Amino acid sequence: MLDDFLVRALLAGIGLALVTGPTGCFIVWRRLAYFGETMAHSALLGVALAIIFNLNLVIGIFSVALLVMLAVLYLERRETLPTDTLLGLISHGGLALGLVILSFFPQMRLNLHALLFGDLLAVSRLDLAVIWVGGILALAVLCWIVRSLLAATISSEIAEVAGLRPERARLIFGILLAAVIAGAIKIVGVLLIVALLIIPAATVRRFSPTPEIMAFAAAVLGTIAVAGGLFASATLDTPSGPSIVVVALILFIVTRVGYLKVR
Amino acid sequence: MPDPDPSTQNFLINARELGVKRGERWIFRHVNLSVGLGQLVFIIGANGAGKSTCVKTMLGLIQATEGEIEKSSTLVVDYVPQRLTISPNLPLSIRRLITLTKRFSKQEIDTALTTVGLDRLGNPPVTTLSGGEFQRLLLARAMLHRPNLLVLDEPAQGIDAAGTDLVHELIDEVRKDLGCGVLLISHDLERAMDMGDNFAVLIPHEYDEAPATAVVN
Ligand SMILES: Nc1ncnc2c1ncn2[C@@H]1O[C@H](COP(=O)(O)OP(=O)(O)O)[C@@H](O)[C@H]1O
Ligand SMILES: [Mg+2]
Repeated sequence: MLDDFLVRALLAGIGLALVTGPTGCFIVWRRLAYFGETMAHSALLGVALAIIFNLNLVIGIFSVALLVMLAVLYLERRETLPTDTLLGLISHGGLALGLVILSFFPQMRLNLHALLFGDLLAVSRLDLAVIWVGGILALAVLCWIVRSLLAATISSEIAEVAGLRPERARLIFGILLAAVIAGAIKIVGVLLIVALLIIPAATVRRFSPTPEIMAFAAAVLGTIAVAGGLFASATLDTPSGPSIVVVALILFIVTRVGYLKVR
Repeated sequence: MPDPDPSTQNFLINARELGVKRGERWIFRHVNLSVGLGQLVFIIGANGAGKSTCVKTMLGLIQATEGEIEKSSTLVVDYVPQRLTISPNLPLSIRRLITLTKRFSKQEIDTALTTVGLDRLGNPPVTTLSGGEFQRLLLARAMLHRPNLLVLDEPAQGIDAAGTDLVHELIDEVRKDLGCGVLLISHDLERAMDMGDNFAVLIPHEYDEAPATAVVN
């Protein structure tokens, strides 16, 4: 019989992977990896905020990730800095600021490792419920905006002339990404969430004839990676986030080599 | 000369004294241009003259700094931008691309692909198309939507002479088929004089006082 905590972590991880699959595809298609990284790194600042104001962790992370997204969208227009420089600045600035603030809370130092790399022991029943309810909501929202978002991925001008409101779709996707990052912190942690978003998508790209199949396959692959990684984490006593990412990476390499051989 | 009077039946879109300023610089200014049903209107100019910015402004994608744009209440635009790079990571077949913003029946899609001569290819990923094939595909997409105004930004860019002729023939065919107006950006003055009902020339300029646009009839 599996331990209770492992079952909880597993169920939460699967719920998460079902959302990170399709979301990660859009990140790969739209080249938003560094944008996602920036939002994820700011999550530590969200943790600090949650502690100071005594908020729920997920809510703290979600709010700060949202603020960071809006700041990036705004500064991208106003500032003359190249986007990657701007993102690097906010990303590492946010991470550093979060670490400094958290160092004022000695009891958090013990948990820092868990925040950065995930901790499957930490998944509570409430987390599980939040991930599944939030996940179903996230998928529903994604279905709702998928047409505009895909059209905007091809050309935001074509999308706008066709009346599909690409700006709105982009904003909604940003909110969705903030939610995914907040939901992922216990499973994979701040530093590796983007890996869980992009590696499954990159793995299934070559086998997918349509965007929908790619999104579905990425969800399946993400689920396998999460399950495999959590088992490894439980048996080998490795941190859960890195274990999940290593399994995802192995799947990527195996399918890649297999693909080259078949060709 | 197109009739700029919105009350006439042929009227589609009319720009009056249109101008866009970025920083201290006018990208274009004093543009007067109108397109009516069935008309082929060219915007001609060198690189950087402001042609793309001008049509984007007319379409409402960019805010005009000065001037007015009148649109017919029946206006249905389809637009093919100048540059369109599709991420190689996005698996998109040609049939999927042309139905991305709206659904169509298989028969409608077949007809459009046949018109532009892409029916024999099967349904390959768009990233495998050549430049000319991709332009024709975008034209097929635009046709399917049955706009009454088709706006094309340098559709012949980077295509060889034979391909360019083909694209222009197709545009003319589409115009006759749909009876729509076409606003076409180009830097081929000769073709504009040959084919166009009307054209505007954008002249790049450095100073506010310089006349930006000459409209030739
Ligand atoms: N958003 C912008 N801000 C500043 N300059 C711009 C902007 N958009 C275009 N330009 C400048 O306006 C000029 C005209 O651009 P464009 O309309 O693309 O010309 P064309 O299509 O005729 O080649 C170019 O010099 C370009 O650098
Ligand atoms: Mg241009």
